[in-house]
Amino acid sequence: MAKVKLLFGLVLRLLAIGATVSAAIVMGTSRERASVFSISFEAKYSDIPSFKYFMIANAIVSVYSFLVIFLPGESLLRRLVAGLDLVVTLLLTSSISAALAVAQVGKDGNARAGWLPICGQVPKYCDHVSGALGAGFAGLVLYVMILLCSLHAVLYPLLA
Amino acid sequence: MALDNEAKPEAMHGSTPISKAPRNQVLLALRLVAFFATAAATVVMALNKQTKTMVVATIGSTPIKATLSAKFQHTPAFVYFVIANGMASLHNLLMIVVEIWGDKFDYKGLRLVIIAILDMMTVALASGGDGAATFMAELGKNGNSHARWNKICDKFGSFCDHGSGAIISSFAGLLLLVIITAMSIGRLAKPRPATLSPV
Repeated sequence: MAKVKLLFGLVLRLLAIGATVSAAIVMGTSRERASVFSISFEAKYSDIPSFKYFMIANAIVSVYSFLVIFLPGESLLRRLVAGLDLVVTLLLTSSISAALAVAQVGKDGNARAGWLPICGQVPKYCDHVSGALGAGFAGLVLYVMILLCSLHAVLYPLLA
Repeated sequence: MALDNEAKPEAMHGSTPISKAPRNQVLLALRLVAFFATAAATVVMALNKQTKTMVVATIGSTPIKATLSAKFQHTPAFVYFVIANGMASLHNLLMIVVEIWGDKFDYKGLRLVIIAILDMMTVALASGGDGAATFMAELGKNGNSHARWNKICDKFGSFCDHGSGAIISSFAGLLLLVIITAMSIGRLAKPRPATLSPV
């Protein structure tokens, strides 16, 4: 039973690595050139601090998950891993919610503030970013499950 | 009868069943402060409004004035911020009430587990609200030249100041909530036998 639990946790972590790595990479490679009124401008992820935060947060989480996979199952560091899992889940929630807030402004604009939506001019960039956000959300859901699993493993270790 | 107790469950005597976990004064105090922080953030942001009459254009010699207002409802991120912090403060209040007066609630020994899980959900919600509001506030303060979005803080200074105050208070509440969550999870660990026994 303990082995099944460990295996389940490992599978979840591998899936979470996949989700966060793909979110970071898709966000990092989002870029599109467009020309508006004969001014050509390029939309990149680094133009918007929120997207930079999203990419950095997902990169950190994927490196962290990769390192945790190599930790042996019953080591004493598992308690630290449980605590760090909580912190990392918080990082993921705040990064995706920040990116989503700014992406919503980019898609719908904010008439009261005089901010025009930019998705009309760079539709492929918008789709790219939405894909990254979707992958980030999947990573978040997986990490919530990982958090519950690792807390359960730490608090009830001898449940065989 | 309140039992003074430290946060570490290792200090509990081995015979205390989980359902009768002793009241923890430190946890209660932290919850009270977190309640005040998140409630202050909710109230300050919810009452955040600034109206300004500005000259928009001039026809001949008569200036045309327009009254523009900045309210928190105009930005979905701030609406989410208010809702998330409101729920966090309600959660803290509920937990304080349950700690002080809810000794009868046990739910078959699942009381501590439910409290820990609710704490984790609240902290995730609050952290999402903080992240979104912070980046929207940064957008309003600095604008974004690439997307041609102008900053609004130079015109609506008081709106921005109140907003930043609310966000800072919410971050303080979030930090306290993380500590509270760690403590409630720590309470779930089974009490170890007294350390006087031989290894």
